[in-house]
Amino acid sequence: MASIEYQGRRLELAPGETVLDGLLAAGVDAPHSCRSGHCRTCVARALDVAPPAGSQEGLKDSWRELGLFLTCRAVPTEDMRIAATDDLGLEVGATVTAVERLSHDVVRLRLETDEPFEHRGGQFVTLVRVDGLARSYSTANVPGRDGFIELHVREIANGAMSGWIARELKPGGRVAVRGPEGECFYVHGRPEQPLLLVGTGTGLAPLFAILQEALAHAHSGRIVLLQGAVDERGLYLVDELRALAKLHPNFEYVRCLLRGEAQEGIEIGAIDAILRARIPALRGWRAYLCGNPELVFDLRKKVFLGGANSKEIHADAFVMKAPALAR
Amino acid sequence: MTSLYDQLGGEPAVSAAVETFYRKMLSDERVARFFDHVDMDGQMAKQKGFLTMVLGGPNKYTGLDMRAGHKHLVARGLNDLHVDVVIEHLGGTLLEMGATPEQVTQVAALANSVRDDVLDRAPQTTPIKN
Repeated sequence: MASIEYQGRRLELAPGETVLDGLLAAGVDAPHSCRSGHCRTCVARALDVAPPAGSQEGLKDSWRELGLFLTCRAVPTEDMRIAATDDLGLEVGATVTAVERLSHDVVRLRLETDEPFEHRGGQFVTLVRVDGLARSYSTANVPGRDGFIELHVREIANGAMSGWIARELKPGGRVAVRGPEGECFYVHGRPEQPLLLVGTGTGLAPLFAILQEALAHAHSGRIVLLQGAVDERGLYLVDELRALAKLHPNFEYVRCLLRGEAQEGIEIGAIDAILRARIPALRGWRAYLCGNPELVFDLRKKVFLGGANSKEIHADAFVMKAPALAR
Repeated sequence: MTSLYDQLGGEPAVSAAVETFYRKMLSDERVARFFDHVDMDGQMAKQKGFLTMVLGGPNKYTGLDMRAGHKHLVARGLNDLHVDVVIEHLGGTLLEMGATPEQVTQVAALANSVRDDVLDRAPQTTPIKN
């Protein structure tokens, strides 16, 4: 007979009982709706063993990689530890190792955590200042390779956290990180699959992580990165990306601007029009869309209608916290 | 007799069918506006539940769920025409999955049985009194 451990409690399951029924029977207010494996309301995360057979059916492969499973479909055959998906785990202390300016309004922040902080490059973390101020940022590097966490922070006018990071935080400074969250990361196992990466602003951060991880794993399929901005001032990491494109023939780097002059590597116009001209049919592609929420939602629909499978579209809309009013 | 759900290939087939169905709905200007600003993933999960239900697969949906789930759309003008469009695209999707026209008719009848719930109104047929 199998048992589950949830929030420090061990619950015995009756033979054939699902994880969801076990949680509910024990008085846990576990979220659920259809109880038939469709609505995904009841998703939880397996912490120590693979989820039971059949309990990941129909889930996105990025969700599977994170150990997420449907509790209403899960009948464990061995003891397992599980967590709710909104359980962000413990806060980990971290020391700043670098703060560098990447453009007029973007800074690169590098952190070393006090303890190992397991995450996938491109997932986002919540950065917490000593006084409790907290904001989320995407990771921009390959964690296993680098041994540090890199974040790209856009300095927002009157932004409480971003202003502090850009102007006051120095190497040696202390913060905490919580997380990780999100499903924008490189999915292993399909090295030949073409990848579309579209981002505006610091939406580039998770894409940069995914790109580096794909290249580090000798991804052989076509990789197209569209970096969108109003004009050239809104771009960053241009030299690094151009160097990578030169080095890897399967990687195409296109800067998409609303204003400016078209030239080698720069196209002018709406990013969805540039996308459609470059890749008319997206059947079989995996897409990552990050940045401005309106653009991300609009593109997600267009990429889906363009032929991509919805389970292979990973979107991360960057929602701004309203900045404090200037005094 | 096995359900149409099993005959057409079970969960993987329905997962694929939802992709086809949702693409048809989003591309149809008669109904596309109802899908603006919705969480696409959540929406498709619900449609998978709907397809599973009308195909006789495992589900626990009730008329009440259909009523509650569409109330905000009825307020935005959802009417019989839109339900017709859903049934039309449902039929097209099923044919692409390999269903026969007879099976499509059968499923359409099932989908029609929740029409009044979806449109949040009393049943149109007069109940039998004893």
